[in-house]
Amino acid sequence: MNPEPDEFSRRSVTRVVPPVNPRKLAKVPFVELADGRLQGVVSSGSDIARVYVSSIVADSHEFSCSTNNNRPCGGLGSRPCKHLQSMVAEAVVQYGYARVVRFLRVEAPADGTATDIVHGLKGGPRRAQVAEVFTRFLRHLAYLEQPGTNEPLPDMQWFPAMGAR
Amino acid sequence: MQPAAIAPLLNEPPAGVTETVTLIGDFDEYLTQGFARPDARRADVLDGVVAGLAGTPLGRPVAEAVAKLTSGPIGFEQLSVLAGARAALWGAVHDALSAQADEAAGRRRPDWPDITVAHSADTPISAVTAARSWLNDLAVLGWNGLDHEVVSAVNQPVETLLASPEHRRLGLLLDGFAAELRACLPIATLERIPTRRWADLWTRAVLLASGHPAAEAGTVTGRFLPLGTEILEHGTVFQVRVHGLLETKDGPPIQVRASVAASKVDTILGPACWRLLSAHGVLLTALAEHRAVTLTDMPILPGGELLWDEDHAAIGDEADPFATARVRLAESVPAAVPPLERHPVALAHPVFLEGYKVGGDERHPVVFELGDVSLPVAVDRLPDSGPLNGKLVSGSAACIGLLRWDGEWLLQPLAVLAKRKGTAVHTGDWAKGPTDPKAQKAEAKAAESVNVLRERAGRLLRK
Repeated sequence: MNPEPDEFSRRSVTRVVPPVNPRKLAKVPFVELADGRLQGVVSSGSDIARVYVSSIVADSHEFSCSTNNNRPCGGLGSRPCKHLQSMVAEAVVQYGYARVVRFLRVEAPADGTATDIVHGLKGGPRRAQVAEVFTRFLRHLAYLEQPGTNEPLPDMQWFPAMGAR
Repeated sequence: MQPAAIAPLLNEPPAGVTETVTLIGDFDEYLTQGFARPDARRADVLDGVVAGLAGTPLGRPVAEAVAKLTSGPIGFEQLSVLAGARAALWGAVHDALSAQADEAAGRRRPDWPDITVAHSADTPISAVTAARSWLNDLAVLGWNGLDHEVVSAVNQPVETLLASPEHRRLGLLLDGFAAELRACLPIATLERIPTRRWADLWTRAVLLASGHPAAEAGTVTGRFLPLGTEILEHGTVFQVRVHGLLETKDGPPIQVRASVAASKVDTILGPACWRLLSAHGVLLTALAEHRAVTLTDMPILPGGELLWDEDHAAIGDEADPFATARVRLAESVPAAVPPLERHPVALAHPVFLEGYKVGGDERHPVVFELGDVSLPVAVDRLPDSGPLNGKLVSGSAACIGLLRWDGEWLLQPLAVLAKRKGTAVHTGDWAKGPTDPKAQKAEAKAAESVNVLRERAGRLLRK
């Protein structure tokens, strides 16, 4: 259904959050567009117990990458490291190129790739709060630990699945 | 169902519906701008709400709340009265529409039993207080006034609410609502605002945060015959709601629903979501294999909602939902709707249709033409976790669906019989995994996501 703009505002059920695409999670288990940042968690290639917390601020494009223990990423120079690059690439898979470009407000070609986004970043490295993003990731994981429910949840009537392709 | 049972619905809405919906629309406009900025025109809107409810039990509290609202700081108490007023207006619309559909189908819906439910006067937990203050902020600022900081303030309370079984419902609602607001920031640059939807979600959340009375469950024994499955989901929850008929020892079958839900994250999607519900093996088998379920002392709420418990369920014989729909649906008795759940979005009358022609127009890609009336088909409400899609609906000869209302009557398909060969396709067919090889491959890949996240959780969460 393609409601007119006017009709869109007069519907109780309508898709507001654009659908996300499935992707492999092994390398980048978590990425999100939230709190004014593209932020995520990237698995370490060498140590299974270590992850990197990476983030890029929308608008200013300042970026950061550290381990979850707050040690700066060794690969981070004046340009984004491979963890940041992986995060951008996976964000493009998950949310689509256009949405990531729009969110970061980066200058990039209309039909470009993740590499174009990385090239278009105009900020430099800046240490950011790792704990905040890492907590978001832990909270994300905690959803899978929550028990299910057999309650009717009448409020879910506002959220019908709308995904058939 | 014969066209004669649908036609009256498509002609004209019941008396008062259009006017009431317009009044709600004005209120929603007010909420969009925020309560902090009252002006003369908008004062008229509140006067309209007061007038609309005059003479009802809500009349006086609403008049008092509106008077306070325009004269001093805005408190949660006044907002909850206004949310109650908005919900009551929708409740009236719901009742009129539901009665219209029942009458057209020749069905008599029992009255809601006169039960007094205890309203807890306990001091709410701090997460509920925090949720109230967040909802207060939304109302004061209006959608245009929101930023990342305001929206994120709900994260902490949501986490606590989700962890508490009696508050999970509020937590799930706020989580889905906040995700939408977050995805739309900055809202001022948004092309179009989902005004009614967000006002609905805000209203529901305010009512839940005000302390929602819980009804007591009884039990039923009998044979549960599934008719069809709806899937409901947002980023962090996947819910399966099975509509069916319950045959008991005496009387006609009654319309009931069984709902089971699991927490998830947004990267778990498609048919892999069914894996999260593997604890409900009997229900999933019934859906995948089209079987009946024998219920023994299964808990049930007064609104016809089964509180599904596998200890009280045993898998039964084959039961083709189309046979159930054809033979038993017409004589079945619907359940009364709990007063607080009466909103047109809750209308979900199960129907069986055949002998239609499939058409379409600019607004609705698929329309079922029954005689000289057309019923729009909500093909956008088809889940990607099952095999039913718009193409199959377009090529169908018979359909089990839910009669819905969202500004107009719509049909939400749950199952179809194909015109050619008469193959049946149901939304719940993949309850135990996809049956189509291509979908099987995709599902296996997606299921890997669940494993990766579980591994990460095991390693990082318990440190």
